[in-house]
Amino acid sequence: MSTRLAKGGRLINRTQPVEFSFNGKRLKGFQGDTLAAGLLANDQMLVGRSFKYHRPRGIVAAGPEEPNALVNLGAGGRLEPNQRTTTTELFDGLESTSQNHWPSLEFDVGVVNNYAARFMPAGFYYKTFIHPRPAWKHLFEPIIRRAAGLGKAPTEGDADRYEQAYAFCDVLVVGAGVAGLKAAKAAADAGQRVILLEQTPILGGRAPVDDTEVEGKPVEDWISAMESDLMARDNVTIRTRTCGFGVYDHGYVLADERVADHTPGDGRPKHRLWRIRTGKIVTATGAIERPLSFAGNDIPGVMLAAAVRDYVVNYAVSPGDRTVVVTNNDSAYQTALALKAAGLDVPAILDARETADGALPQAARAAGIRVLTGKAIAKVKGGKRVTGVAVCAQAGEGSVQEEIACEAVAMSGGWSPVVHLWSHCGGKLTWDETLSAFIPDPSRPPLNHDGSAMVEVVGSAAGDLTLTGATVTIPPVWVMPQGAPIQLRSKMWLDYQNDVKVSDVQLASREGYVSVEHTKRYTTLGMATDQGKLSNINGLAVLADSLGQEIPQVGTTTFRPPYTPVTIGALAGESRGDIFQPLRRTPMHAQHEAAGAYFEPVGLWRRPYCFPRAGETHEQAVHREVLNTRQNLGLLDASTLGKIIVKGPDAGKFLDMLYTGVMSTLPIGKCRYGLMCNEQGFLSDDGVVARIDEDTWLCHTTSGGADRIHAWMEDWLQCEWWDWKVYTANVTEQYAQVAVVGPNARKLLQVLGGMDVSKEALPFMQWVDGTLGGFPVRAYRISFSGELSYEIAVPASHGAAFWDACVEAGKALGAMPYGTECLHIMRAEKGFIMIGDETDGTVIPQDLGLDWAISKKKADYLGKRGQERTFLASPDRWKLVGFDTLDGSVVPDGSYIIADGVNGNGQRNVQGRVTSTYYSPTLKRGIAMGLLKHGPTRMGEIVEFNTAAGGTVKARVRDAVFFDKDGEKQNV
Amino acid sequence: MSEPVSALGGASFHGFATIREIGPLGMITLRAKGVKALDKAVKAVTDTKLPAPRRIEINGEKACGWMSPDEYLLIVPYAEVSATLASLAKSLAGEHHLAVDVSDARAIFRVEGDKAADVLRKLSPVDFEMLQPGELRRTRAAQVAAAMWAQDAGFTVVCFRSVAGYVMGLLTHSAQPGSEL
Repeated sequence: MSTRLAKGGRLINRTQPVEFSFNGKRLKGFQGDTLAAGLLANDQMLVGRSFKYHRPRGIVAAGPEEPNALVNLGAGGRLEPNQRTTTTELFDGLESTSQNHWPSLEFDVGVVNNYAARFMPAGFYYKTFIHPRPAWKHLFEPIIRRAAGLGKAPTEGDADRYEQAYAFCDVLVVGAGVAGLKAAKAAADAGQRVILLEQTPILGGRAPVDDTEVEGKPVEDWISAMESDLMARDNVTIRTRTCGFGVYDHGYVLADERVADHTPGDGRPKHRLWRIRTGKIVTATGAIERPLSFAGNDIPGVMLAAAVRDYVVNYAVSPGDRTVVVTNNDSAYQTALALKAAGLDVPAILDARETADGALPQAARAAGIRVLTGKAIAKVKGGKRVTGVAVCAQAGEGSVQEEIACEAVAMSGGWSPVVHLWSHCGGKLTWDETLSAFIPDPSRPPLNHDGSAMVEVVGSAAGDLTLTGATVTIPPVWVMPQGAPIQLRSKMWLDYQNDVKVSDVQLASREGYVSVEHTKRYTTLGMATDQGKLSNINGLAVLADSLGQEIPQVGTTTFRPPYTPVTIGALAGESRGDIFQPLRRTPMHAQHEAAGAYFEPVGLWRRPYCFPRAGETHEQAVHREVLNTRQNLGLLDASTLGKIIVKGPDAGKFLDMLYTGVMSTLPIGKCRYGLMCNEQGFLSDDGVVARIDEDTWLCHTTSGGADRIHAWMEDWLQCEWWDWKVYTANVTEQYAQVAVVGPNARKLLQVLGGMDVSKEALPFMQWVDGTLGGFPVRAYRISFSGELSYEIAVPASHGAAFWDACVEAGKALGAMPYGTECLHIMRAEKGFIMIGDETDGTVIPQDLGLDWAISKKKADYLGKRGQERTFLASPDRWKLVGFDTLDGSVVPDGSYIIADGVNGNGQRNVQGRVTSTYYSPTLKRGIAMGLLKHGPTRMGEIVEFNTAAGGTVKARVRDAVFFDKDGEKQNV
Repeated sequence: MSEPVSALGGASFHGFATIREIGPLGMITLRAKGVKALDKAVKAVTDTKLPAPRRIEINGEKACGWMSPDEYLLIVPYAEVSATLASLAKSLAGEHHLAVDVSDARAIFRVEGDKAADVLRKLSPVDFEMLQPGELRRTRAAQVAAAMWAQDAGFTVVCFRSVAGYVMGLLTHSAQPGSEL
């Protein structure tokens, strides 16, 4: 059993005990423990079940490479699935539960998959669940998803908050082990701004575990001296608990700081995402030990040799009284010596090499440890925990020569440098025969803007596996024993989390998979949450062997960010709740809220859709607003309307190019409706243009189009017509604008008083400056409803007060505020088009019968040549008309007008579609506008609209103006 | 006539730094380039020189900021906007330029305290260690456009009026006690 040793533990504070729970069991640990160390100290060797076969899983590693020991951490609003126990700091009150089992960790019915393993080979899902087709969606997938899956998705909103921050430096060092500290100091000495990131809470990395010397000093002393040195410098920033997880072009690095994972609920952000721009990146990310592939290498108690050493030295945790070490290199001997030094038994070291005579093997022998060379593990004995190992010759096929009882197995198959960050932006790797590992090739680095190397790799990440730089040799041992038969190979785990075995990769190869990328996806090797940190090299070595190729020929899969999983909360940062996205409010927003407005998004604006009263549905509210505006008086917040000032000697010429009509001849004080098209000729935006003075125009745009049209103007001025003397300014937000609409509109303005708004003083399509009710205003007499209508612009800082004044003065005149839906209905009743309804990026003004707004005299305007193309000039285009349904019903939104016959796909032919469709409260029936082939020549014809429910709606073609065709209502 | 009101009516928040919405402030967008009279015209209204690229010249309540190769931001007391526009129109008469009142299109915040920069570091890709006194940065605060400069032991942040509530939310979130960088 695993347990806490009486002495030692360089990272734990025995005076600070903490209590935590696992599956409801109350357990004790110390401050400084990781959750994994705390679990092992309490003999919790079984911590989860594997993905596919539901095999018992124990802790394998001591760092971010851990594939097995994932738990649900926390509860309620702080529940997080798939949390790595090996990187989770223990704190008092921590709650954790194991994953991927039912009904319990100890007794799991899913384990039947294990006994059926021979029927669930690589590609099992692909092969099995193909037929019948519908069964996948309705039967197979739901069942597989329930049986598989790792942690539980939280059901409550996240109780924590997150943030992001930007940082800048000359040199960013990722990893604060010995190599990283050296690199940081060198850069700091050179006067550069340095940021040093370390994923764990402490500096120094793994070197202190191995008790070495650096620059003549004991490593711990060297580290603390270095730490004080760097901390004292102004040009060095050190961030612990911060994992640099992604390298991007131009020296951009993302890092995840676990600010308050270990102090939940203290009010600080849980994580902080750092967005760092740096001149140069130094990765000192270390190396990860590789497992060995022997039968039963997944049984709880089989651990990486270095992890065993970490637990013993850092946390004073014994993996068991007796640990068998199995290795192909010298470093595992350090584990044997560390175990011995802690007073634990090492019954044997099984070394796959024929000879082992280095300093460490000699030290092990001198310590009285039995070293067996040329040996391998034939199989590990045990179920939910290790009980012993069967020993065989590495050169053979697995005949058992001896059985050794033990509680733990410490394995080392060599080391894989962590090359992820080097590779993210295209750094190339080279196969190192001595280390049997891929290492960064410094001659093919990821490049900066100037062609220089963006990333430099130092320390063991670069393949320097000793602090002294001495040569380390790691012979390839990919299968143990080398001649293992299928019975053994099908129990050799490569990917612990996804249950991929040596036999699965070999099967994929036999089935024709030659690309490592395809094999990965077919077998799911390396696709689990650990992203193959332990399994990739072993897997591709097995694949290479099966294909009869060299490992470098097979290559690696692609390294992509993030290096370790990053919680979505950190990526979202502050963008949650009220500040999820910018919400644009008009100056009268608070008034609308107080009036009970129901809002709809218009771009990032929120505009009142309608103002429902008690007991009213939205539809009833809209109908009331329409009738009241037509009969009395309506008030609309039109502040969102785009307003762009265009000024200069060439402004008239410029606007004549932008609009299809002529704006240069517009007299001062007058307004003109205009259309803008893109270069292809398609209608892009519309609005009323007002001539302010000799060289100044004010262009109104749609609410959603203001920024886009302003950018469009600047694009033409800066990139094409840069010598034209024109300046623009987007003054959309400078003004609050209120549309005063209806038969009583003029009366309201007269009640407010201050300027002459009579028919004579302010005729239709004119504007005038003045005051109303003491407010400085610009009054436009324009109408989008067919009613007598003014739009009154006031400075935004008076907008709320002006709205209040209108509402107050309007009480006696039957004034009611109205929303966007009422606006839409009224404009449709008048046959006015709406950008986004009648247009969709494929419609030209001519389609909409807007030829009157297109100048025939002008030599050019944006879109003119586009519109002359044969397809757009074709008489067969769908054109705008109105429709009266025969039964008075409302045509469903999105309906097509059907035509005879079917097309090549067997779909019904169509000849048009609806673009706007409403119930008209004014006319008390459904009205619709739409595009119909040869529409204007087909007045009076009956056409049929399809409906989603089946069947059709019959309608008679008519002109698109349904109400007050002669415009008598606005002409007063 | 009513008094002009700023977007948030002077909202404030006290975290590890202090956030205050200020204003209304008079702001004028002045666009001109290669105009001889420009120096004098600006001098006449803000009593500052024309700022160099990325700079803002501050003179008490008045200032002139460089916004782009042909755009300046003039800051004056709100009540002086009309007179300022009139002065500019006179001094730049006959020259191609655009001067327009944008006072009401903006919201202005002050971020103050020893760690004020930490609040903004969380929202804007700005290297505050390298930000010079009198340097004006046009950047963004999270998802919206913003301009900012160091002034009087703190920072002045300008954004569009419609997103004042969003920016106040951002600043409040970023200044939460205990979240200093």
